Amino acid sequence: MSLLTPHLGFFVWTLVAFVIVLLLLKKFAWKPIIKSLNERESNIANSIATAERVKQEMAQMQSENEALLARAREERGQLLKEARDTKDKIINEAKEQAKVEANKIIAEAQVAINSQKMAALTDVKNQVGKLVIEVSEKVLRQELASKEAQEAHIKSLVDEVRMN
Amino acid sequence: MMKKRLKSFSTAVFSLFLLTISLSVKAGGGEGHGEKFDPGAAMLDHIADAHEFHFFTVGEGHDAFHATLPLPVILYSPERGLDIFMSSKFHHGEAIHNGYKLVGHDIVPVNDAGEADASVSVYDFSLTKNVVQMFLALAVLVWIMSSMAKKYKSGQGVTSAPRGLQNAIEPVIMFVRDDVAKPNLGPKYQKFLPYLLTLFFFILINNIFGLLPGAANVTGNIAFTAVLGIISLVVILASSNSHFWGHIFWFPGVPVPVKILMLPVELLGVFTKPFALIVRLFANMTAGHIIILSFVSLIFIFAEMTKVAGVAFTPVSIAFAVFIYIIEVLVAFIQAFIFTNLTAVFISQAIGDHHYEEDVHH
Repeated sequence: MSLLTPHLGFFVWTLVAFVIVLLLLKKFAWKPIIKSLNERESNIANSIATAERVKQEMAQMQSENEALLARAREERGQLLKEARDTKDKIINEAKEQAKVEANKIIAEAQVAINSQKMAALTDVKNQVGKLVIEVSEKVLRQELASKEAQEAHIKSLVDEVRMN
Repeated sequence: MMKKRLKSFSTAVFSLFLLTISLSVKAGGGEGHGEKFDPGAAMLDHIADAHEFHFFTVGEGHDAFHATLPLPVILYSPERGLDIFMSSKFHHGEAIHNGYKLVGHDIVPVNDAGEADASVSVYDFSLTKNVVQMFLALAVLVWIMSSMAKKYKSGQGVTSAPRGLQNAIEPVIMFVRDDVAKPNLGPKYQKFLPYLLTLFFFILINNIFGLLPGAANVTGNIAFTAVLGIISLVVILASSNSHFWGHIFWFPGVPVPVKILMLPVELLGVFTKPFALIVRLFANMTAGHIIILSFVSLIFIFAEMTKVAGVAFTPVSIAFAVFIYIIEVLVAFIQAFIFTNLTAVFISQAIGDHHYEEDVHH
């Protein structure tokens, strides 16, 4: 067994050993190991991609939220402004209406006062007339108790009519 | 933390390694006080394959006690048939068994007189220490990888964080996939990944086992690297396409005389590539072992001059040997990577030269 001449027995055994080991390792070691490593790598790659996507989604959601919030704030301001306007409008309208109503009531009241005044005046006139007639009657009854007086009076009346 | 532990581990391993080596070197060098210590022979003896695991020898000659682990010898001879027995039957080269004798590390057929018989050819399929150690290393490799695969199947490392051994092995697998297979083979890498992973770990585990004290120099054996190189060649040729062959037989983009000149060069290149792989791994691993053994041998060379010189040189020798040993741990990984990476490069050349084609036609 010199150093540089290959020994047949060892050559054959090495060949057999290499082929067997290659087949054994290929089936029982490399296949599952490489498969697992690839699986793990794709897992990690997927996880990173997912994390990145989620991060982007989060950022997008946040910006959306901010936009939404800004819009909500704006709407709130608008709503408040509208409410204030409406309030003012209602108040003004109410004031206007109240003024109109008040004027109407005042006018009606004046009319009523006038009519009642007129009625009262008419009543007073009637009463006065009646009283006058009564008093006149009484006076006349007194004055015209005698026949001559009656005739004198009629005569004056007739004179009066003639004058008219 | 891990690095520190690895360092102290390798130091501990190395001390043991030294112990076994020095004992056996001394045993080898000490045979017969008159003989000079031959470092070259001792080193070659240690990096060569053997029919037994030899740890140390006490005593000399026939009374010597050899601490060895005998291994089965399997011989096939067209003339004599199949013969299976334990290597202990040879009594370390002193006995003849069934007409076979151990000469050095080789088994030779002998006749009744005990002389080499040239008329009998014998094929040695023994489970030598390289074979046994390789089987052990591969059993460990298959056990580690299948237990890891089981963990992954149960979801650990997929939906949860990897734990324990997974953290040590997974980066290596990822390295082979992402830095060897993917850049060279592009989208077709998955087809070759099991082969490349097996190749890498096959070399790595045997490199590492070869560094254990008293272990065999498996990856520094030319037969071992030849198998891997030839398998690489087969894979390269099996995956080759018309571009690859067109490139070899009719080099595109050069004048016709150059095309003819390029043909033998390119054709030779097909075989030199795996041959370079074979020699590179063999030479690197063997060289590492030889350097460590050389530093240890220096102790005995100096000791042959005077005992004082031997003792004085021991710390220096050990320091250098430790340094080289740590480098060898690194080399174990680097050579596994280089072999795998170059195989991937060669496969990529075989499966497609599309870039080149575009360059030529535009």
